[in-house]
Amino acid sequence: MAEPVLLARVTLEQVLIVGGVLFAIGLYVALAKKNGVAVLMGIELMLNAVNLTLIAFSRFVESSRPLDGHVFVVFVITVAAAEAAVALALVVAVYRHRGSIDVDRLNLLRW
Amino acid sequence: MVIGFWALAGLTVGAAAMIIVVRNLLHAVLFLILSFVGIAGVYITLSADFVAVVQVLVYAGAIAVLMIFAVMLTPLSARDNAENVLQLPALVLSGLVITGVTFVALETDWRLAGRGEFDSTAEAIGEALVSPFVLPFEIASVLLVAAMIGAIVLVRED
Repeated sequence: MAEPVLLARVTLEQVLIVGGVLFAIGLYVALAKKNGVAVLMGIELMLNAVNLTLIAFSRFVESSRPLDGHVFVVFVITVAAAEAAVALALVVAVYRHRGSIDVDRLNLLRW
Repeated sequence: MVIGFWALAGLTVGAAAMIIVVRNLLHAVLFLILSFVGIAGVYITLSADFVAVVQVLVYAGAIAVLMIFAVMLTPLSARDNAENVLQLPALVLSGLVITGVTFVALETDWRLAGRGEFDSTAEAIGEALVSPFVLPFEIASVLLVAAMIGAIVLVRED
């Protein structure tokens, strides 16, 4: 029973699990990497995973206006582009001041 | 269709996992671009053609170029893509996220619609952006201007 379900058609649950795995990978990269640019890569991966689940809900779930999910994804991509531009400018500015972008060593505000 | 979805999903997750494994930061950025392109393919299998094009343009195009520039402009920092002290807690948290999302996705009774694929989404998205979502649309344009000016001010040499 399990194999035909997997091969018959894509279901909402399968897309959600793929999105969850992608989010977890992004979370690990964002939390555990040392370089500031790698942390930003993890954040972008998490945003992509959330976009994937939004598209999946828009495709599969009952709604009177199903394409609103797509509009939401367009807004998320816009905000992600703005965030990436500001964050990478911050990385370059921090590098100019301290000569390093290792997040372990950016402990100026530590208690 | 189904084989295409699983191939693209495997490509996406595999490329994302390679970001963790690979030991050169520039190679990690290249695997991130591969992951973005794989997600665009997954969007096409979920009949989201407009969003797939936007994904390739903005993520695989613009954001990827920004990331490569940021790596190139910080030449003296570590390029070995090493982990910091939070490796074990991050691993535990990621495992919890995977189990939690999988449990919720399988146990929830989703109100599924029996409809087929969308014909074309670009026209409907355009109409939605100018009639019900016109205020968020304008706010997004103001946000983009503010972010670009902020980025220029942050890196300006004076």
